[in-house]
Amino acid sequence: MSQETTTTSQKEDFEPFIQIKDDYNFWYGSAQVLFDLNLNIPKKQVTAFIGPSGCGKSTLLRSINRMNDLIEGIVHKGDITIGGQSIYDPALEVISLRKRIGMVFQKYNPFPKSIYENIVFSLRIAGRNRRSELDEVVERSLRGAALWDEVKDRLHESALSMSGGQMQRLCIARAIANSPEVLLMDEPCSALDPIATGKVEELIHELKKEYTIVIVTHNMQQAARVSDRTAFFYLGKLIEYDITDTIFMNPKNDQTEAYVSGRFG
Amino acid sequence: MPEPHAYSKSIRPKGEALVWFTGMGLGVGILLIAGLLAVILKNGLSMFWPDTIYQVELVEGATAGPTNGKDFAGAIALERYKRLQEEGVRLTREFQFFTGNKDAYGQMYHFVDSDQILRDASGKPRFTPADGILQLERIEFGDALGYPVAIDLADGSSITEPDALRSTLFETIEASNERLKAYTKIERQQIGRINSRMESIRLEQRALRDELGAAAAESSDRMQKLTAQREALQLKYNDLAAEARALRDRRAEDSVRLRLPSGEERRIGFDNITQAHFPNEMSLPDKVGFFFRQIWRFVSEDPREANTEGGIFPAIFGTFVMTLLMSIAVMPFGVVAAIYLREYASQGVIVRAVRISVNNLAGVPSIVYGVFGLGFFVYVLGGSIDELFFSKRLPTATFGTGGILWASLTLALMTVPVVIVATEEALSAVPRGMREAALACGASKWQTIQRIVLPASAPGILTGLILAMARGAGEVAPLMLVGVVKLAPTLPLDGAFPFFHLDRKFMHLGFHIYDLAFQSPDSDAAKPMVFATTLLLIVLVIVLNLSAITLRNHLRRKYKGDTF
Ligand SMILES: Nc1ncnc2c1ncn2[C@@H]1O[C@H](COP(=O)(O)OP(=O)(O)OP(=O)(O)O)[C@@H](O)[C@H]1O
Ligand SMILES: [Mg+2]
Repeated sequence: MSQETTTTSQKEDFEPFIQIKDDYNFWYGSAQVLFDLNLNIPKKQVTAFIGPSGCGKSTLLRSINRMNDLIEGIVHKGDITIGGQSIYDPALEVISLRKRIGMVFQKYNPFPKSIYENIVFSLRIAGRNRRSELDEVVERSLRGAALWDEVKDRLHESALSMSGGQMQRLCIARAIANSPEVLLMDEPCSALDPIATGKVEELIHELKKEYTIVIVTHNMQQAARVSDRTAFFYLGKLIEYDITDTIFMNPKNDQTEAYVSGRFG
Repeated sequence: MPEPHAYSKSIRPKGEALVWFTGMGLGVGILLIAGLLAVILKNGLSMFWPDTIYQVELVEGATAGPTNGKDFAGAIALERYKRLQEEGVRLTREFQFFTGNKDAYGQMYHFVDSDQILRDASGKPRFTPADGILQLERIEFGDALGYPVAIDLADGSSITEPDALRSTLFETIEASNERLKAYTKIERQQIGRINSRMESIRLEQRALRDELGAAAAESSDRMQKLTAQREALQLKYNDLAAEARALRDRRAEDSVRLRLPSGEERRIGFDNITQAHFPNEMSLPDKVGFFFRQIWRFVSEDPREANTEGGIFPAIFGTFVMTLLMSIAVMPFGVVAAIYLREYASQGVIVRAVRISVNNLAGVPSIVYGVFGLGFFVYVLGGSIDELFFSKRLPTATFGTGGILWASLTLALMTVPVVIVATEEALSAVPRGMREAALACGASKWQTIQRIVLPASAPGILTGLILAMARGAGEVAPLMLVGVVKLAPTLPLDGAFPFFHLDRKFMHLGFHIYDLAFQSPDSDAAKPMVFATTLLLIVLVIVLNLSAITLRNHLRRKYKGDTF
């Protein structure tokens, strides 16, 4: 059934890390927003989700770390696995799942605490309070998020005193502080100016050496620049999923072609 | 098709009348509040200002005044018109004078019609400042007004020469006040300590008798030791009491003779005098100094004379401690309840019903809370505590009677809806993004609430506390049932173990106002006190609120960024 709507390249010459499988469906109450998805996300690469507004990209992304659990009346069918383990496995605690997955939100949302405390939050809640370890994590994460040089002298000032772009990079630093395996980014640059966007994109390039990254974006150029693979969604269905160059240069599906060339969406 | 620029035809902005209306509403409100504050401020502060004392001469055949027609001296407390019913209705002016000398005149305030007062050339009532008049503040009978004649000292000497008299007067008052301090210290501290030790010995002896039986107990070593201890304490007590009595008696041996403005002479012992001043000879800086000294005495001293004289320190302290205890009790309850309601309970019919009930609780008359506090806290809880822990002292109740703890808890119960509502509001105002960020970091729900949501909503929670304090500090009715008294001999906090006496009765500014205004024998004498006490209650509430607001603003700065 999914074969009718999804166009995927024949050769998947990678080892899948996140698998969305068994015809994944998702409902908010009675409204179905995801339809029969099957999708393999490669390890240590960047996968972009694109598609017109309301097509369910965020919903799928938030399904991966079960953020949707907060919403009442959600129903799903099918399965998602990370490293072979189902996220719906009753033996798996949601909290330990989320510890393996970092998330960066569309609107930067630092905690009203100091820069330092923002980053070590995930360690503190796990009871890791050793000063030397925290210091090291702060420096590593801030360097990882290309923010260290800008804030190393004001680590104990409020995070809310930073600029928007800095706050978003702080959120990235916070997401990678706990050394997760996966990094989910939901339109991380939508609130940023071109310079800050450039910095974040560079950052994504660096980060994919260590993390499996899934990024939702409305910016076609951005998807083309940062991602290795791109999935195009339309009305809750996966229309085409392939190597990014193929999607942008040589899409097999007409809707994909129309969307990436800006003719609709 | 509608005309494109139909709205621009009339240049008069619409809704102007309504704007005026709302503005007027605000204006009237502010005016009322400002007026109220002005009245309280003026009347409350004028009590401390040294008024000029006038010699008032009455016309031939007058019957008014404190001594039926004789001249007298006093400060003008009030001037007003009154209606006379004779031969139609006639308006006439009358004055109220503060004449002091309650022991001689029966009352401290007297009304005199203006036509009883001798007039000057221009036809106005004639008031001449009383030259050299002395105002003595006394422990009993209120102030005395008169012309000093002589001071009779304990050694038999009499001082009549005016300059020497003045200096001796102030010296003697100072020495006498030193003695007062000395014997109060003995009575309050040393004798108080001995009393509490003797009480604990008595309790131990009683316990011993209960345990061993009366006869066996009497002959036991322990009992004999206790009896010896008690006798030693009794001796010490006698010595101290004698020392205090000697100091006390010594004060009465000096006295001052005054000629009252109405002519007769009076002798006043220095044991009765707390302060003296010559009101008509004070320069403006003198008056200002006197004013602030009086304010300080008012807030720092104990009340006298059925509360109509002296200070109100115990009431300030009681109100302050009670409000603080109430805040300590109401905060955790309100916040915990709101967290459960908002964060954990599933938002169904039941939660909605609970929420509506909580909101309605805020409208229950406060006296109902007082009755509940009396029935539940005092009788049930306090009674059980007494049975369990203080059974030795029964039938004297310890917690089974009104006290500051029960009063605070009653008010906490009354104000808990305010805190719940404010906390719920604050919790729901925390952005969803912040919660999601915490959860995405792997925090549990409780960790998210504890580390992110609660700190971020702290300013809102404090707003609730501010409202609760404002309501609690000014409440009187329920307190009358659960522990407030007209005059408390001791403070809830003092140097005797265990320092914080939650079982003690206490004084409260609100109740003090009620008591002064409606329960005191001389309402004219109490009136300035009523205003001054009201002023203080308002100041106290403002101070408490300001400190909470400062704290809140500090938290706001900490938790709310303003950059984008
Ligand atoms: N909490 C919710 N409850 C009910 N419906 C929801 C909820 N969140 C999203 N939806 C619906 O699910 C659909 C997909 O939403 P989603 O946020 O996944 O879209 P999206 O692709 O991320 O869009 P955008 O690009 O605008 O962010 C939309 O039709 C939306 O109305
Ligand atoms: Mg979205």
